[in-house]
Amino acid sequence: MAPRRRPWLKPAVFAGALAPLAAILWNATHGNLGANPVAEALNELGLTALVFLVASLACTPVREVLDWPWAVGLRRTLGLFAFFYALLHAATYSLVDQRGNLRAIFADVTKRPFIIAGFSAFLILIPLAATSTANAVRRLGFPRWKRLHRLVYLAGGLAIVHFVLRVKKDVREPVVYGVLLGILLLTRVALWAKRRAARAAAA
Amino acid sequence: MPSTGPTLPASEITPESVYASRRKFIGDAVRFTATAAGVGGGLLWATHTWRTRAGTPPRRAAGAGGAPGALEARPGPFGTDEARTPLEAVSGYNNFYEFGTTKESPARESRSLRTRPWTVRVGGLVARPLELDADDLTRKYPLEERVYRMRCVEAWSMVIPWIGFPLAALLRDAQPTSDARHVAFTTLMDPAQMPGERVPVLDWPYVEGLRLDEAMHPLTLLAIGLYGRVLPNPNGAPIRLVVPWKYGFKGIKSIVKIELTREPPRTTWSEAAPDEYGYYANVNPKVDHPRWSQATERRIGDLDRRPTLPFNGYAEQVAGLYAGMDLRKNF
Repeated sequence: MAPRRRPWLKPAVFAGALAPLAAILWNATHGNLGANPVAEALNELGLTALVFLVASLACTPVREVLDWPWAVGLRRTLGLFAFFYALLHAATYSLVDQRGNLRAIFADVTKRPFIIAGFSAFLILIPLAATSTANAVRRLGFPRWKRLHRLVYLAGGLAIVHFVLRVKKDVREPVVYGVLLGILLLTRVALWAKRRAARAAAA
Repeated sequence: MPSTGPTLPASEITPESVYASRRKFIGDAVRFTATAAGVGGGLLWATHTWRTRAGTPPRRAAGAGGAPGALEARPGPFGTDEARTPLEAVSGYNNFYEFGTTKESPARESRSLRTRPWTVRVGGLVARPLELDADDLTRKYPLEERVYRMRCVEAWSMVIPWIGFPLAALLRDAQPTSDARHVAFTTLMDPAQMPGERVPVLDWPYVEGLRLDEAMHPLTLLAIGLYGRVLPNPNGAPIRLVVPWKYGFKGIKSIVKIELTREPPRTTWSEAAPDEYGYYANVNPKVDHPRWSQATERRIGDLDRRPTLPFNGYAEQVAGLYAGMDLRKNF
């Protein structure tokens, strides 16, 4: 079924995607982010960005494996939400947590592996978000656009490293996302290998 | 009303196309709502943005089981007049991995801790081994209120009015032998009461240690209460260590054993990550945690960070203990 047969799908995902932001804002303004609201908001925004990143990477495997062609129509929306939440996460870190203290931010960004990993992941997402339009795909040409957007796996890996380094000892949650990311990447590799074999057989 | 007949003008009949599109519109609206709710709900769950948070009212009931709550204590030395961190935060936001690894876990999960009967054994290199029961803890030593800063290694801090007695008083009773150089503390090991101990994030039971001179220092406190009442379970009931010039993880909770030793004990966090957590763990803004800066901290309740002070502001009292030591190496 073509994506346009489900006109409600994208708006619904869009609306649902705003729920974490609404919850964070509501909790922040109602004193319900706990005793350390800045840290809590940072954690929640960062995790939300990662969830969207993993969800956007699931679109293609889901289309292929479950034969849900409409899934891929959500990829851009999910990817842009990953960027949106990553941006809020980075803004909360630099403007609220560090109060715009450039020296402290610079020190963090240059010498703390966990910040370096997170910051790099964010930097990678910028060109990907900027080239998310149909126009950009045309301008770059699909093969080049595709190569560029493979960087999202690197961003995902760096985000996992960032998450693992962030927690003091209990790495169960970051490991769950790392495993998911690994499965999605392996699925892509397997699909690619299958197509290649099919092409070789046809030739 | 008289009947006007069964017929409607043809113009009033909904054309089939409109009827079908209206049906489709309603169907799409339902699908939209269900999908938005599903996506939103799934996200709220996965991102932990939807949950009732501790930091909400303290679990008064989670105090020492059945013990009368209020404690009499005279004001002790070394106090600070900085604003005290509200009880909701002190008991609703802290680390106590024996009850789970989030800051909210201790408040939520510590009801299963039974603090009576409770026995603390003091042994090892002592002339007089001791066994203290729950009543000894509250009656044997004069209680003092000590308002201390607490600096977590995670760069947040609180001001807490503890009630307790100097560890030195207890150690003097036990009479350490001349061989004793260190004091090792052990937390209760009972996964039935402390469900976090079923999860191998740390090598249970939790063990902490102090050099004997640190243990004998008048700042070092065995706390049995805070805010005028017995310790709430999340804060390490019925008895915990408070060493205000060291990072919070040195303040071992729910202690069952105190042992005098010749060698420094293997302590839980320094075993778990030796490059990140040292035996001394003195608060030091100049020695960063390998993963984050220790130069500043956020006082719980503040939005802004404040500079972290050497020895958490207790340098005048304790810096002498470390004269001549390289505090970068002995972090």
